[in-house]
Amino acid sequence: MTAPFPTRKQEEWRYADLDALRPVWQQFAEPLTLTVGPGESFEKIWLPGDEDVLVRRVQIALEGGAKAQIFVLNAASEYGRTELDVSLAEGADFELFGANIGTGVSTNEIVTNVRHVGEGGRSRQTIRSVLNGKATGSYLGKVEVARGAQKTDAEQSVKAMLLDRGATANCKPELEIFADDVKCAHGASVGELDAMQLFYAESRGLDPASARALLLEGFVMGLWDSAKDADAIGEAAREALRKVVG
Amino acid sequence: MLTIKNLHATVADKPILNGVSLDVPAGEVHAIMGPNGSGKSTLAYVLAGRPGYAVSEGGATFDGRDLLAMEPHERAAAGLFLGFQYPVEIPGVSMLQFVREALNTQRRARGEAELSGAEFIKLAREQAKLLGMDAEMLKRPVNVGFSGGEKKRAEMVQMGIMQPKFAVLDETDSGLDIDALKSVGAGINRIMRSPDKGVLLITHYQRLLDYVEPDKVHVLNAGRIVRSGGPELAKELEREGYAEAAA
Repeated sequence: MTAPFPTRKQEEWRYADLDALRPVWQQFAEPLTLTVGPGESFEKIWLPGDEDVLVRRVQIALEGGAKAQIFVLNAASEYGRTELDVSLAEGADFELFGANIGTGVSTNEIVTNVRHVGEGGRSRQTIRSVLNGKATGSYLGKVEVARGAQKTDAEQSVKAMLLDRGATANCKPELEIFADDVKCAHGASVGELDAMQLFYAESRGLDPASARALLLEGFVMGLWDSAKDADAIGEAAREALRKVVG
Repeated sequence: MLTIKNLHATVADKPILNGVSLDVPAGEVHAIMGPNGSGKSTLAYVLAGRPGYAVSEGGATFDGRDLLAMEPHERAAAGLFLGFQYPVEIPGVSMLQFVREALNTQRRARGEAELSGAEFIKLAREQAKLLGMDAEMLKRPVNVGFSGGEKKRAEMVQMGIMQPKFAVLDETDSGLDIDALKSVGAGINRIMRSPDKGVLLITHYQRLLDYVEPDKVHVLNAGRIVRSGGPELAKELEREGYAEAAA
């Protein structure tokens, strides 16, 4: 039996492009599941594909002391969705570095549910969006800290850059905490390119388009700093930015 | 080389420059001194083309070309360099990448060949060394985490790499300790003291002028040049203050 088709009344599908999702829903109705065993490490880099619609739904169980690092670039021309449900057992460590890069009328979103189940887990989510045209980029990130998950340390950092008045960034960090000795931080900002940075770059000789591209590259590329091999995702991000900046 | 005629400029509709006229021929260094709010930085920004700095009257030519008709990047390609009073931080972009892209864009605009990665790194390392800057800093994001003095040194390293024809240096001496002041002063002389180059040195104090001796000193007050003279004028200002000297 497949899961029922989602509706926008469900918070986690609120900003989704359901029309784009419908024809491909069968493939994605059941999330992939994977388990990272005690003390093991896992790294995954997800690149955008050629598809207009690219959906990823993954459940990850991190057992005691396991580590996972996920790098994802969402840059579908129509609808891109990366959905992660992560549970952290005692001492587990989860890091997500994600970018939504979109133009036209595309919708790209990162939706996470990070569940700290065991004590002393750590999670870091860093999301950067660059949006032009009438594109939408969203981050819906829920962090749950279970009753016994003392000493949890969770952070969400979300920033979006809007290059056009028609572009939309949605950003919703959410915390549900049932333990009393935890550290959960989140920060979000939506802005435009800094006028002084642009002038500085132009006064050194960069034409306006190159200056914008360089500043946006700086905004996004820091995400891949801790990846073992960032060449492919870095190049894909540059390519996506070139399309977005035009 | 740089000729400014009766330049009036406003910022947010407020008049700041009220008729500045100035001629810096090739081979000369001119200092502009003046109290806070006299329009020194505005003059620098107008010359470099900062958006929001509107010229309402008068003009400026650079090597015979209408400077104010050019976009900021075109001014850079023409050989104008602005050393910022507050160099701007650009996270996520390394110094090396920033300066290399800027230089190569300039070179393309002038119809010159671009520098390869290896050529550029060699040049950047040489210039960093000459300015006493650790070459490792070139790998760091532009000005991020640099101290005030390191930022000013980094500006001079950029100037050394770009070899402009004309530099407008806006309070490059502020925030420098004595050692840094010496090396920055020596850098300005080494990079810019040449019969075919010119410098407009904007400063509050005499102390940088001990290392970079100006050919002329101008006093800016309320958006106008109220006095001009030789290097001795800077010493007089230092002794007597702007109120006396500019009266």
